[in-house]
Amino acid sequence: MRPTSLNCVYELAQKDERVIFIGSDLGPGVLDDFKKNIPERFFMEGVAEQHIVGMAAGMALEGFIPYVNTIATFLTRRCFEQNMIDLGLHRTNVRLISNGGGLVYAPLGPTHLAIEDISIMRTIPNMTIVSPADANEMRRFMMQTIDYEGPIYIRLAKGYDPIVTPDDIPFKIGKALKVQDGNDVLLVTTGITLGIAKEVSDVLKKENINCSILHMHTLKPIDEEALIQSSNEVQSVITLEEHTIVGGLGSACAELILEEGINIKNFKRIGINDLFPSGYGSQADMMKRNGLSVENVISTIKTFSK
Amino acid sequence: MPNKISNPPLDERSNFLRSLVVRALQGGNRGHIGSSMSLIEILRVLFDDILKFKSNDPSWEDRDRLILSKGHGCLALYALLADKEFFSLSELDKFCHNDGMLGGHPERNKIPGVEASTGALGHGLSIGVGMALACKIRKKSSKVFVIVGDGEINEGSVWEAAMCAGNHNLENLIVMIDYNKIQSYGFTKEVADLEPLVDKWKAFNFNVSEVDGHNIEDIRSVLKKKSSKKPLAVICHTVKGKGIGFAENDPKWHHKSNLEDSDIKDMYKSLKAEI
Repeated sequence: MRPTSLNCVYELAQKDERVIFIGSDLGPGVLDDFKKNIPERFFMEGVAEQHIVGMAAGMALEGFIPYVNTIATFLTRRCFEQNMIDLGLHRTNVRLISNGGGLVYAPLGPTHLAIEDISIMRTIPNMTIVSPADANEMRRFMMQTIDYEGPIYIRLAKGYDPIVTPDDIPFKIGKALKVQDGNDVLLVTTGITLGIAKEVSDVLKKENINCSILHMHTLKPIDEEALIQSSNEVQSVITLEEHTIVGGLGSACAELILEEGINIKNFKRIGINDLFPSGYGSQADMMKRNGLSVENVISTIKTFSK
Repeated sequence: MPNKISNPPLDERSNFLRSLVVRALQGGNRGHIGSSMSLIEILRVLFDDILKFKSNDPSWEDRDRLILSKGHGCLALYALLADKEFFSLSELDKFCHNDGMLGGHPERNKIPGVEASTGALGHGLSIGVGMALACKIRKKSSKVFVIVGDGEINEGSVWEAAMCAGNHNLENLIVMIDYNKIQSYGFTKEVADLEPLVDKWKAFNFNVSEVDGHNIEDIRSVLKKKSSKKPLAVICHTVKGKGIGFAENDPKWHHKSNLEDSDIKDMYKSLKAEI
């Protein structure tokens, strides 16, 4: 997903002279072709995230479309005021590409876990937040980032995730993807949790429990119409996010479902509880430890009242 | 460090511009007095002699860019923008009003001539660096001026931006430091000493000039010099509250609200302007 996203930036830069790339001391060799062929629009700056977000805003105010790339935690926690003011208030066409959204950096510990990035960015007016499920969806999305007004936060999961999105449904920013219909449980996903939802659905189908799956690749603005419609068709709603349950996908869905007075019997946010996840291991290990597993989703559904 | 303050008497134009600040203070019944008065000559020289702009076409592509990064000094900027007819002088009377255009910090897209919404300190220089780089990519001759406060440059992000500007040899970027030696709580020397300030900017690969920030000739001659291959930092030695005798160098006059009529009267008196 990450190479796809960055390669798309290079592709877009070749087509459109407004596209600029700004990295913050990334690994050697990143986008070498871009640097070689369009050096005047390639910037590899120092470890100065607050500055590069402001600098990108300045370029955007001059009509450029800067794509800023570095680690998710630094782009969100550290730069919150720049994101709020330089990007949100000015409504600049800056695209933030964040590496390691969620538990990708599990071996590196809590300083590098981006598990509240969506909550942070949701509070910024004018901000769009997109969290694709796989490289194919990332590509479909990236191609739409040129002619879109306002700042976008792009959450990258780990590279080489399995392809789980259907390629016959066109991508539109802000339009949720109805991956599957079903009338018992609605699973709302974002990022790579779509893969978990599809596995859960396959297992439960054999037990005559029909899952509906709504993939919310765009977390802001959230597709209210799709969520209302899909929630109205089921008894239970589960949200799945590789993110804290405070303020992310689950919160956004709960707010809407409650305010709309949708009559469901069960609602559960599955994500990371309000704590610093302990231990290291792989992303997959840490997801399992925090309840983001097929088994935990299935057992949660089985506790629901009919 | 030599103290560059020669303290020339203020001429009629400088007093007039200050009277516009007082007019807005009266309109809003509040404002950053000291922080605005120290800026007047810096902005006067920029708008009278240096900046390329068209007040009837504020987004004219070939204009020079000016960012007041110390947004709380906005009353001085409003005085100059009104004086140059970016908007009507009567807007000053509605400073901070519900239906006013001019707020306690300047906002882009609301106020003609304002390039960036500032007020949260430490943002303007990065935005200016981005604009200066953008001008270079487009091979435009526009210059970018960023005015920062002395308290403001306590912010780490300012030095991130400075490091980047030096690294890119942004000769089209000019940073002007309003060094009035007083921040909100008290004297910069005591709160967070900036010295040696010239050395700091030099170390970040800037050319550095020091001027008396109230001496028109002094400021003008530094800004008219041909630029070399580095960004320029102009350390403007100023007096907080300059021109309002009782407010000069007094931290209590950094910002005031609930101004009395007598305060306004005294300020005009101090400026020898007509009430």
